[in-house]
Amino acid sequence: MKLEGKKAIWSEYQKEIADDRYFYVRSCVRQNFFPGSETAFLKIMRKELEKDVYEHPCHTTCTGIGYHGDIVPVETAMTVVARQFSLMTEAGYENLVPSCITSFGLYTEILDTWHHFPEVEEKIRKQLKKATGREFSKPKNLAHASDVIYKFRKEISTKAKFKLINKNTGEPLKVVDHIGCHYAKMFPSKGIGGAEYPYVLGGMVEEWGGKVIDYPERRHCCGFGFRQYLVQANRGFSIACSKEKFESMRPFKPDMIITNCPGCPMFLDRWQYVINEMEGRRYGQNGEGIPVFTYEEVAGLVLGYDPWDLGLQMHQTDCEPVLDKMGIEYDPDEKYNTSIPDGKVKISGLVNV
Amino acid sequence: MENYIDLLKQDIRFEEGLNACMNCGVCTAICPAAEFYNYDPRKIVDLVQSGDNAEIEKLLKSDEIWYCGECMSCKTRCPRGNAPGLVIMALRGLSQDLGFFVESEKGRQQLAIKRTVGQWILDHGYCLYLEGVGTDLHPEQGPVWDWIQNNYREIFSRLGANYQGDGPGILRKIPEEAMEEIRKIFDVTGGTRRYEKIEFYSKKKAEELDMELDDGIDNEYFRHIYKTNNGSHTK
Repeated sequence: MKLEGKKAIWSEYQKEIADDRYFYVRSCVRQNFFPGSETAFLKIMRKELEKDVYEHPCHTTCTGIGYHGDIVPVETAMTVVARQFSLMTEAGYENLVPSCITSFGLYTEILDTWHHFPEVEEKIRKQLKKATGREFSKPKNLAHASDVIYKFRKEISTKAKFKLINKNTGEPLKVVDHIGCHYAKMFPSKGIGGAEYPYVLGGMVEEWGGKVIDYPERRHCCGFGFRQYLVQANRGFSIACSKEKFESMRPFKPDMIITNCPGCPMFLDRWQYVINEMEGRRYGQNGEGIPVFTYEEVAGLVLGYDPWDLGLQMHQTDCEPVLDKMGIEYDPDEKYNTSIPDGKVKISGLVNV
Repeated sequence: MENYIDLLKQDIRFEEGLNACMNCGVCTAICPAAEFYNYDPRKIVDLVQSGDNAEIEKLLKSDEIWYCGECMSCKTRCPRGNAPGLVIMALRGLSQDLGFFVESEKGRQQLAIKRTVGQWILDHGYCLYLEGVGTDLHPEQGPVWDWIQNNYREIFSRLGANYQGDGPGILRKIPEEAMEEIRKIFDVTGGTRRYEKIEFYSKKKAEELDMELDDGIDNEYFRHIYKTNNGSHTK
């Protein structure tokens, strides 16, 4: 009876995620810091799952970092987003899939504002028309790219070459999940599991053999804080937030961190390097750091993709401890090899169908 | 003196973010910025709610409104459905429109964000520009970032990017007609006006402080606002 009750409550924390025909909008941060992750996402969607994912070459930033850096006014951000909707409408798609949590939060905020203040939507429609001549329909379904991977986590599992299991001990890897503030803190009903029990990454981890660990500062911000990182004089805030999380998770001996937002993995990766430089302090086992991954990288590793094709060489905190635990073979000499042998670049699956 | 509450009410985020605050302080309890800075979102919301125009003007000229990281943890927890983070965003917008932002150390930093992120949006269509983020301004990016910047064409090519290429793909060159649409949107919706105000008031402040400020990011005033921390902001 108790389980049924829990299941009944849990059903309120689900969200609808379209199952095909996605209009993909890229992330400024992910493209720059984790390009292999967006490549892996498209490869998984198009080649492994045979889904229709369309990318319009004319889409741009949503202005999210500028908006939350307070240099871009709200109506400007809304109109740029309306233009993205227009490109989606023009291409004949209705299911919007952003690759960025800041974008996902901004799209959600704008749709919510328009719902409560229809006159604002009307004004934005007029402004977009005046500036560009464009019109648009709103998306029928809005899901972050991780929501889509979550939806197909079992299908990915059936194709898995590796599991999130320590091959030496047979134990599940202990995984910290970090879902990013703007995924569900602003609009809990728009995230899987809401703000209290976010399960978008946990669901992947458990399906692929790992164990999610809980720790006191699990919901704390990574420390981006937009202007708190963008300006050098403010970065003490940023590193202090990350440090608070590392100190809080350390007693639980995590093997790895999996992240949702494009910025969080960069901060959790780089601030470990800085804390070690400043204080000689490391948070992983055996004097190592805690490897930090995007969800696409984790999905790619599970599917047996080459770690260096996923871009793990772009991390400052080495990822090899996790590769070794999972039993993934890799060529250490290839890690920083910048020569590109013929046929090495695997771009299949990256063009629109 | 203008009525600042009337001006704030023109910002939809102020309407959305402030109902009747009962001063419980949950926002401050959950706030990462309140943990780090001399910052208390409860007090800010209470002050704004009081409608005291002189005090609101002081707030608009203060460092206080620039401490929030806009994580929006406050929105999740407020039992009255307020979002102090949205109130902060409305205050920051007004502070820039009125030129008050240059009266505080943290506020003056807006020029640095405008000349980096703001310029990249209009020049490239991205909030972040690979070649603009170097370890000179971002030493925390570490040696791996130097390696990436020194070899970016090969690395990004291997990872399936379409760096500055035509068509779709990672870090593609966004077509000029698309960029033109973005610039027109900025003109029509107040984005350009916001940028111009940040420039105008910053140049005035640089003159007042007798600091050199040209149009780029390699000048005395930019370095000053980007790096200066007088140490009075934290606990």
